[in-house]
Amino acid sequence: MMSNFWSMGGYARYVWPCFGFAGVVLAWNLWAARRLLAGARLRSARALAMAAGDAR
Amino acid sequence: MWTWFYKLASPPYVYGVAAALMPWLLGGAALAMAYGLIAGLAVAPPDYQQGDAFRMIYVHVPGAILSLTVYMVMAAASAVALIWRIKVGHAVAAASAPIGASFALMALVTGSLWGRPMWGAYWAWDPRLTSELILLFIYFGVMSLRSAFEDPARGDRAAALLAVVGVVNVPIVHFSVVWWNSLHQGATIVKLGAPSMPGSMLWPLLSMWLGFMLFYGAVLCTRLQAEVLNRERQAAWVREAIKS
Repeated sequence: MMSNFWSMGGYARYVWPCFGFAGVVLAWNLWAARRLLAGARLRSARALAMAAGDAR
Repeated sequence: MWTWFYKLASPPYVYGVAAALMPWLLGGAALAMAYGLIAGLAVAPPDYQQGDAFRMIYVHVPGAILSLTVYMVMAAASAVALIWRIKVGHAVAAASAPIGASFALMALVTGSLWGRPMWGAYWAWDPRLTSELILLFIYFGVMSLRSAFEDPARGDRAAALLAVVGVVNVPIVHFSVVWWNSLHQGATIVKLGAPSMPGSMLWPLLSMWLGFMLFYGAVLCTRLQAEVLNRERQAAWVREAIKS
């Protein structure tokens, strides 16, 4: 039963890489977006700190 | 009536809404995709012609539809930014471009994995495949053009113009299977009339489509927050926003 599922009727070498690639793309999207936001927060914090330093 | 539209032009408002929506969209996407994957991979029967290879549609079709949907969002946001000079429009377009490009790449790669057993080739210069490849190149062009200028405002305007002009490719991708002889099969769900699929195959596909839409919303919200922060780095509201 389980081996039937994993073999995908003989198309396993196409079906699983297809879902694997889609998973990688979705995971990359999440990771890249979060990394971008973390970087933007850091740069904003630095800019605000520099502005506060200049004001003093 | 137009109050909501004017509010969307306000960077702090958009930042707050995006931050609040993101977890809900991501949670919804996870639920919809979980149902779609389980029902699509384990419950739906094999296709009478394609066997289990048809299951690749559960990621290929939503990826392909999203590559066009995201482009429409990017072009609409660019048009709004150009016509009404709303900076948030440029931020939405800049946030959407890499997401749309990744969906176009997903559609091309998963499509070629389906094409090998069905057509006997990973790639053919077929109208649908070629126009989808052009869509990917337009996404790359929009992203490259935005970063090619020293003045970010000029980069935004140039990229917005290309995004608006490039929208002509969207109906070409969609109707390519109708207008030209194509190896690619015709529309199955996005068409006039009832979908040509039984419910046991269709519902998981619709669920995956919904999941991909919600996922796009979640990633867009995260990227939009970053774009807004990058553009408003020294605004007074940013201090409060990055504390939370």
